[in-house]
Amino acid sequence: MKSALISIQKVSKRYDRFLALDDVSLEVNAGEKVVICGPSGSGKSTLIRCINRLETHDSGEIIVDGLRLSNDKHVLEKIRGHCGMVFQQFNLFPHLSVLENLTLGPRRALGLDEKAANEQAMRYLERVKIPDQAHKFPGQLSGGQQQRVAIARSLCMQPRIMLFDEPTSALDPEMIAEVLEVMSELASDGMTMIVVTHEMGFARRVADKMVFMDQGQIVEVGPTEQVFEAPKSERFAAFIQQILNH
Amino acid sequence: MKRNILLLSGALLLSGCSENWGWYVVDPRTPNGLANLKFMMTGAYNTILMSLMAILISVIVGLLIALPGLSSKPYYRAINRTYVEVVRAVPILVLILWVYYGLPQLTGLTLNVFWAGVFALALSDSAFQAEIFRGGIQSISRGQYEAAQSISLNYRDTMRFVILPQAIRRILPALGNQLVYMLKMSSLVSVIGMQELTRKANELVVTEYRPLEIYTILVLEYLLLILILSAGVRWLEQRMNAAY
Ligand SMILES: Nc1ncnc2c1ncn2[C@@H]1O[C@H](COP(=O)(O)OP(=O)(O)OP(=O)(O)O)[C@@H](O)[C@H]1O
Ligand SMILES: [Mg+2]
Repeated sequence: MKSALISIQKVSKRYDRFLALDDVSLEVNAGEKVVICGPSGSGKSTLIRCINRLETHDSGEIIVDGLRLSNDKHVLEKIRGHCGMVFQQFNLFPHLSVLENLTLGPRRALGLDEKAANEQAMRYLERVKIPDQAHKFPGQLSGGQQQRVAIARSLCMQPRIMLFDEPTSALDPEMIAEVLEVMSELASDGMTMIVVTHEMGFARRVADKMVFMDQGQIVEVGPTEQVFEAPKSERFAAFIQQILNH
Repeated sequence: MKRNILLLSGALLLSGCSENWGWYVVDPRTPNGLANLKFMMTGAYNTILMSLMAILISVIVGLLIALPGLSSKPYYRAINRTYVEVVRAVPILVLILWVYYGLPQLTGLTLNVFWAGVFALALSDSAFQAEIFRGGIQSISRGQYEAAQSISLNYRDTMRFVILPQAIRRILPALGNQLVYMLKMSSLVSVIGMQELTRKANELVVTEYRPLEIYTILVLEYLLLILILSAGVRWLEQRMNAAY
């Protein structure tokens, strides 16, 4: 039996009384691209943030690459090492140059020396098409460039899985394309990706699997074409209509 | 601001020409006046050294006290609150007396005047530093911690490379204020016999009986030191923020 790279089983999460995740189960295989969409407050961020434990789930279990997520420091370290994360607000370190943003993790957590870390960083900057910005500070870059630096920063940690939480929502329209392009290339290189986004064009092109969430539950899940052509739930159909009409 | 200071000095000089003043005690053109001036200025070394030592220690202690204050565990936060509340409640002068005269009896360990002064100043200031650091660190957004976590940095590295460098830039003006404050408070250490600016002035007053002129010079000494210090802090701020 082929076991999934990420296995989320019956996961629930509350904030005080509010149920943010309600008995969510999801499997993601190695190399698979999953797009998660859903209305605001439906629990999309909470779900992917549980995978690298930026949030802790209350019940159920999450298994990443055979490791069961718990408070065990070593397990957590390993899992975080496997998962890169890209945030809506980029979250670059503003006091460090682009190059230093990219080498900090590899040097401190992976134990690379300066030369190796710099070389690796330059390779990934080439990949996100901004090698000439290495010595600038994040504040001197456009939003699209900053987000591409953030992607490169995650890639420098050699993750097996990339998590994206609305990577283009804070960007001006003309910069969305350049970030999505980098993500598409990453996808065709075989990276396992979980992407929270409302970019339906991207989803149709790249995603193997679509997930639609509402009120803390996964309402619809399936192969992308199937979900778009013949949605099972009315809520998803209505949601898609609303997005396409915008 | 510079103009106001000039005006003030001018007014002082003008009134200095009236009969009430006896500038001869500090007149650099007479041998005695020059000797007196030199005598007063020799205190500057100790004032500066003591303040710098004290600020250095209080920054380190303040940071160590601030960190548990940021914890999610109530027990750690209680340690921070207790320290801050207790230390902040003691007047600096009382602390100086207690450290110099009380501590040796309690511990059998005698500090010389210099270190007793430094210790008392640092202790008192550390509570304020802790609050400044706590505020500065709390002003850094959660996203910065999350980004650091997501590239596998541990707590120490997160603090050292991500949070503190940003926090320190933000609190630099407050640290500058604290340094000015420290310089002024160091005058209190004269009560236990520390040979700094204020003590020197006091000793001179006793021999020369010209408190007006001597204390005026003392005021100018502090003013000068603090103006230089403020300029230094502003320069540092500009340099540190130049990058972004
Ligand atoms: N730290 C928190 N404390 C309390 N409630 C929270 C917290 N974080 C999220 N929530 C709540 O949990 C619910 C799910 O939040 P989540 O951020 O996962 O939604 P989302 O689907 O990502 O929405 P959006 O599209 O707005 O980003 C929301 O109703 C939110 O208000
Ligand atoms: Mg969200």
